[in-house]
Amino acid sequence: MILYSLTFYLFSSVAVLSALMVISAKNPVHSVLFLILSFVNASGLFVLLGAEFLAMILVVVYVGAVAVLFLFVVMMLDINFVKLREGFLQYLPFGALLGIVLVIELGILFLTDRSSNIYNNQTPLQPIVSEVENTKMIGQILYTEYFYLFQICGIILLVAMIGSITLTLRDKGGVKRQNIDSQNTVDASTAIEKKKVKIGEGI
Amino acid sequence: MNYDILITGLIIVAQILAVVVPVLISVAFLVYAERKVLALIQLRRGPNIVGPFGILQSFADALKLITKENIIPSGSNKIVFILAPIITMVLSLAGWAVIPFAPGWVVSDINVGIMYLFAVSSLGVYGIIMAGWASNSQYPFLGALRSAAQMVSYEVSIGFVIITVLLCVGSLNLSKIVLAQQTVWFAIPLLPMFIIFFISALAETNRLPFDLPEDESTLVAGFFTEYSSASFVLFFLGEYASMILMSSMTVILFLGGWLPPIDVYPLNVVPGVIWFTVKVIFILFLFIWVRGTFPRYRYDQLMRLGWKVFLPFSLFWVVATSGFLVYFDMLPN
Repeated sequence: MILYSLTFYLFSSVAVLSALMVISAKNPVHSVLFLILSFVNASGLFVLLGAEFLAMILVVVYVGAVAVLFLFVVMMLDINFVKLREGFLQYLPFGALLGIVLVIELGILFLTDRSSNIYNNQTPLQPIVSEVENTKMIGQILYTEYFYLFQICGIILLVAMIGSITLTLRDKGGVKRQNIDSQNTVDASTAIEKKKVKIGEGI
Repeated sequence: MNYDILITGLIIVAQILAVVVPVLISVAFLVYAERKVLALIQLRRGPNIVGPFGILQSFADALKLITKENIIPSGSNKIVFILAPIITMVLSLAGWAVIPFAPGWVVSDINVGIMYLFAVSSLGVYGIIMAGWASNSQYPFLGALRSAAQMVSYEVSIGFVIITVLLCVGSLNLSKIVLAQQTVWFAIPLLPMFIIFFISALAETNRLPFDLPEDESTLVAGFFTEYSSASFVLFFLGEYASMILMSSMTVILFLGGWLPPIDVYPLNVVPGVIWFTVKVIFILFLFIWVRGTFPRYRYDQLMRLGWKVFLPFSLFWVVATSGFLVYFDMLPN
């Protein structure tokens, strides 16, 4: 039990500290790297909760793909973060307001009496590790009870994907593209042309 | 204080060492084997001076590199620069925690073993990106950018291949994946996925013909151009260790892990770990063979192959396999 709480405090403190560093680091690339550290620690917390599938999904999706693209963009674009920070005081009240609203909402969520709400007769929030694997449990509930919501999520993602493609697709024309099929079908009869050249003249 | 925690800790450390030390030794011999096989392909002799048949060549090289001066470029971002090779090395060793070498021979038999392997292999790109960015130099930076795009592209098809195998197994546990292949290895019914996985593994480990991040004919040495001495050794070890890791993953997913080819008398008394090793060596030989045979892909060809060929094809196979399993009512449990 001591080991469990020790690892919990290790993961959570590193996660919070690196999240702080994300917004305070001067270099944008360092910010993204701290963001990744924060993600990895959050996935460690998921493992401690017994939600190993969510932990791995967090690493695969956010750390393995989304953060790579973040890093890619931040490295490619030379963003001047000092300039971006100039309006910090100006936006501070607005940001503080958002933060307060979020904290109040979370408070309401956690302080309301659980026995009266919809979670009444469902499984407890913490999964029972010894029973069915939680991958299976997630699958059983996601593809039955929440099937339509799941499909709608998929459609939203598809729309976003098509939208970003149409926004960025520019066919300038005149771009040379490799046509592998036509290259593979080339043989001597189509590639070589015999011509009689008269002496003293070119083609 | 109770000594239970201490003893459990010691056992865990011993298990980790029992996996990591053989992996590092096999990395040394893999480097030697690669040089010998390439030499045979190119009708040369290869290393033959240090030790009998040059077998100690890699150890001599490692000693030479470690004793050299470690140069850190003055324009580099020092912390990230030093961190990058360490991350590469650690990630390539971290995956070994879930690999089952034989029944029960596994450090951590977790339920989501294959997801863990997938996650760890997708993190491998960070070492390269960080190295390329921290070097503050053009060639490494280009290498890093290439690697970022390449690894994200090929992960997609690896993900679909893994899903196809999982459909046939019904579990994410690596030992269960191996045991599901007792009747037939998945390489036979899922042959196209096996080939796609192997090619994607080449791309994921930055091996030829997809080694564009290091591309020595255009980018000097790609992402590790600025690295020397021990930090270079870490990159080198990391690359080969992740190569062996990907081969083990191929063996577990498609070639029946520790299982013998057919369950008959002289074959099934051979210990599982030997079968596992033999299969991994076979896949590693394929890696080297491919390196000795194919020219490097151009970058647009690499992207075309990943997104326009592998992605639609593996997506089709996921749908086809699940349709087949549902229609013939063969879904596991």
